[in-house]
Amino acid sequence: MSQSFRLENIGLINRDKKLSFKFNGVTYYGYEGDTLASALIANGVHLVGRSFKYHRPRGFFGAGVDEPYAIVQLYRNGETEPNIKATEQELFEGLEATSVNCWPSVNFDIGAINNFLKIFLPAGFYYKTFMWPKSFWYKVYEPFIRKAAGLGVASTKHDKERYEHKYEYCDLLIAGSGPSGLASAYAAAKNGARVILAEDKPRHGGTLLTSEVNIGNQSGREWADGIISELKEMPNVIVKNRSQVFGYYDHNMLVMSERISDHLPKTKKFHPKQRLWYIRAKEVLISSGSIERPIVFGNNDTPGVMLSSAAKEYLKVYGVLVGRNPLIFTNNDSGYETAIEFKKNGVDPIILDTRKDPQSEIVDEAKNLGINIKFSHVVVAAQGYKKVKSADIAKISDDKEQLGKVESIKCDCICVSGFWTPTIHLASQSGNKTKFKEDIDAFVPGISKQNETTLGAANGSYVLEETLKSSFEAGQELSKKITNNDNEISFPNVAEKKSTTHDKFWCVPLPEGKNYKRFLDFQNDVSVSDVEIALKEGYRSIEHVKRYTTLGMATDQGKTSNLNGLQLVSNIENKVVPNVGHTTFRPPYTPVSIGAIVGREVGKHSKPTRKSPMHSWHEKNNAVFVDAGVWLRPRYYKQGNENLFEGSKREAKNVRTNVGVCDVTTLGKIDIKGPDAAELLNRVYTNAWLKLPVGKARYGVMLREDGIVMDDGTTTRISENHYHMTTTTAQAANVLSHLEYYLQLVWPELNVNVVSTTEQWAGAAIAGPKSRDLLQKLFPNSDVSNEGLPFMGFIEGDLFGVKARIFRISFSGELAYEVNVESDNGNFMWEKIMEVGYEFDIQPYGTEALSTLRIEMGHVAGSELDGRTIPYDNSLEGLLSKKKDFIGKRSLNREAFTAKDRQKVVGVVPLDKKTSIPEGSHLVKDSNAPLPNPKLGYISASCWSVEHDNPFSLAILKDGKNMIGEKLFVMSPLKNKVIPVEIVSSHYVDPKGERVRS
Amino acid sequence: MLYIKCPHCGMRSQNEFSYGGDATVKRPELDKEISDQEWDNFVYNRKSLRGKHWELWQHLSGCRQWIKVERDTATHEIFNTLKANEEIS
Ligand SMILES: [Zn+2]
Repeated sequence: MSQSFRLENIGLINRDKKLSFKFNGVTYYGYEGDTLASALIANGVHLVGRSFKYHRPRGFFGAGVDEPYAIVQLYRNGETEPNIKATEQELFEGLEATSVNCWPSVNFDIGAINNFLKIFLPAGFYYKTFMWPKSFWYKVYEPFIRKAAGLGVASTKHDKERYEHKYEYCDLLIAGSGPSGLASAYAAAKNGARVILAEDKPRHGGTLLTSEVNIGNQSGREWADGIISELKEMPNVIVKNRSQVFGYYDHNMLVMSERISDHLPKTKKFHPKQRLWYIRAKEVLISSGSIERPIVFGNNDTPGVMLSSAAKEYLKVYGVLVGRNPLIFTNNDSGYETAIEFKKNGVDPIILDTRKDPQSEIVDEAKNLGINIKFSHVVVAAQGYKKVKSADIAKISDDKEQLGKVESIKCDCICVSGFWTPTIHLASQSGNKTKFKEDIDAFVPGISKQNETTLGAANGSYVLEETLKSSFEAGQELSKKITNNDNEISFPNVAEKKSTTHDKFWCVPLPEGKNYKRFLDFQNDVSVSDVEIALKEGYRSIEHVKRYTTLGMATDQGKTSNLNGLQLVSNIENKVVPNVGHTTFRPPYTPVSIGAIVGREVGKHSKPTRKSPMHSWHEKNNAVFVDAGVWLRPRYYKQGNENLFEGSKREAKNVRTNVGVCDVTTLGKIDIKGPDAAELLNRVYTNAWLKLPVGKARYGVMLREDGIVMDDGTTTRISENHYHMTTTTAQAANVLSHLEYYLQLVWPELNVNVVSTTEQWAGAAIAGPKSRDLLQKLFPNSDVSNEGLPFMGFIEGDLFGVKARIFRISFSGELAYEVNVESDNGNFMWEKIMEVGYEFDIQPYGTEALSTLRIEMGHVAGSELDGRTIPYDNSLEGLLSKKKDFIGKRSLNREAFTAKDRQKVVGVVPLDKKTSIPEGSHLVKDSNAPLPNPKLGYISASCWSVEHDNPFSLAILKDGKNMIGEKLFVMSPLKNKVIPVEIVSSHYVDPKGERVRS
Repeated sequence: MLYIKCPHCGMRSQNEFSYGGDATVKRPELDKEISDQEWDNFVYNRKSLRGKHWELWQHLSGCRQWIKVERDTATHEIFNTLKANEEIS
């Protein structure tokens, strides 16, 4: 099919570059610079979808972001994307698109999916139709609605595209590059302000692209081009097109989505598809313009009925005729501009003007061109099914109540202009209390809450000269405040045609005996009668009417429907519009793709990955890794076909019989220095710290103020005023903040400094009966005998030329040491340990074996110190000093914490010594008791004891102290398991702790 | 996203900070005999005010200093920020 609606000598498209594309399987051609919409209209295609509720044909209504109908499923480079506006999607070679059902998108508010059906479906539709008969709901209605819900189909594949986030700061952010945006940006930029000028369309200029005006001695468009090229050359200005500022948040933070690659057949290598900008602006200028509003009449949703400004844009920007027989239906002068453009391009329009006798330059020009104008006339109804074929028109009385004789005239499109609605979304989002402006029948921004100024048409000023003047001034004044420059800009002469007042007419009455649907909200199929019903049924608040009828709740957020809805409510309620009030605008102004919001924080990049300096050694030696917070840690080192159970058992057994080495780099480490360091430790930990000698380590437990255990670890006195604290991997950051809190706010008199040294040290735990022999060979010059380095001792040593710290501490219950070297030497240390340890049958062990070893010796860890337990619960009450106060001590005498049957950690062994006990299972007295079966406790950690060769678990059990020897049941409804167990001591291995001291 | 003036570093975005609760709560002195009620007021009982409120924030991804911020909990307006050792007036 040829582009039979394309004109030859008009438009800004690149006719040298012809592009082929497919819509619903049919191949068409368009030009570079087209949108999918303009290319389809050029090919005479006006049917792009169906409405959900009434299945009425849907065409094009606008030419940009306000489009309520033309939403398509897009296919690009092997990917598909739903909910793309054909009026915004730029054409590229090979573009494919298909129609979708028009219905509010789940994409708009993903969290509302479940409420979707209840809230969004219109009252008369869902509540009344679909509720009966009840059995139909599950079988018929719900599947039907679910299928229809959502405009398009989201891809289930991983999105291969890349989306980026960017943070930017500027003096002035200017949203919109129409006349006011250009003028204010130019003035501010000349004053040296850092300016970001954002335009959502591909072309800058806004209305200057389509209006017949002169600025200086150039056309409006040439002036715009000149300003843009000058701004682009300035180092203090960022000029962005295809960039929508969609959200205005607290403290002048705005978010903008930039569509970088959506207009290309394929994203360029290393380029993102979209970029989300977080912009902190000192001042914000909102120059987002205005959107034409429709006039409501019968069948006003028929394809071919569109905004008059859209028809003009298709003509002037794309060289496309929306029809050859246009009918212009207007209540103001704007419709005339469209008619004049048609006439100039050889097409004869008819103008229906609701006004009786308007006098203005534009009206005169239309008259002089010989355009057929019918004053005091309205369109009663559009006729035609898939495209407008004719219009029923009538004369209307001066009071706009009575229609004259209805006659039919032929036309193939109806271009509607019901005057202009300022785009106040951003101002409203910022907290601006908007006000109703009588002379334009619309809301405009009122008193600013944040540093925001609205200019031009967005502020209700539709005269170019005024707009330019106020915008130059605003740009200059606001930038002057920031830069202290005061650059005078000579104001250009503006030549524009004067227009006269609009007619406050917005809805055509129904003719006698006719019941045409008159739509207010085109995307959600909300008609005048729907709102009338809602009001009849007692809904009064505009917010309620909105939700009951879904007016303005579609993905277009009522850009073309809100004000007419308000007019209707105010008419019926006999109130003025400002008393009805408008609903709240919330970001995003227009749908934003989820990919852009997520940015690069997907999959592996959703959080940083931290690796120890020995990571590559682990990799080379078949480590199977596990996430431990943000760290990757070896879970076990796989030998042959071993699974986790077999591998970890082997590793743990080797620790108990020979010697093992474990990478403990991830442990949190905090360096503490200062004359009051001991005093700080004494207040932070529950046990006594003032008398710890240099060269000694001590185990400590710290509480929160509410008495709950916060963390545990060993701290070593390195020298007089220097301590080395270790924390658990998970709590490292919290403990540091905790210490800083007390040092900075509570006890600033303590002279202590704390700093995290987790990354500075690589750590290796060497554990097992042969560990001392190995250590002696690693440090031949140090005395590591039981006397030279006793349990909880610390020395510094020389590891083949590398300085090392040696701590005699144990997590496994075996004779054990922890060696620390500077991170850069971590791998060297590890390789030396493995090399020297060969003769002692050393094996590396991972976190699974580490857990096994600590569980069977009853050492509590994260699964017991879970933010719900106090020291007693973990059998750590022996560490509570009675002689001194410490953080959280006062809470420990709370009634629940001192109860006689308080929970306590115990060991759990299955009676059959075979069945593994799932972690998280519950302990009960009677497995057959009626539900709810009283729970006595829960399994916190499970392992296969390598010492006893049977399963062993730790549990937090009510009255655990007196339960040793009891027989209970472990129940795991999730795994459908009931296991008879015996309660034993939590110290299943070496209860006296002799090995660590041997 | 709030824009918070760290008294040490200047204006920084909220995502560099972590929230630390009511800044007017004073920890009872160590070793002091106090009633259960006083202790509960320190550990648990908070007013959750609407309006101007002094609260603690830590400049976690910056200078790591705890600071005091006077903020309107309803409008998010920030009126004043103080260093940890500066008294709320
Ligand atoms: Zn700071």
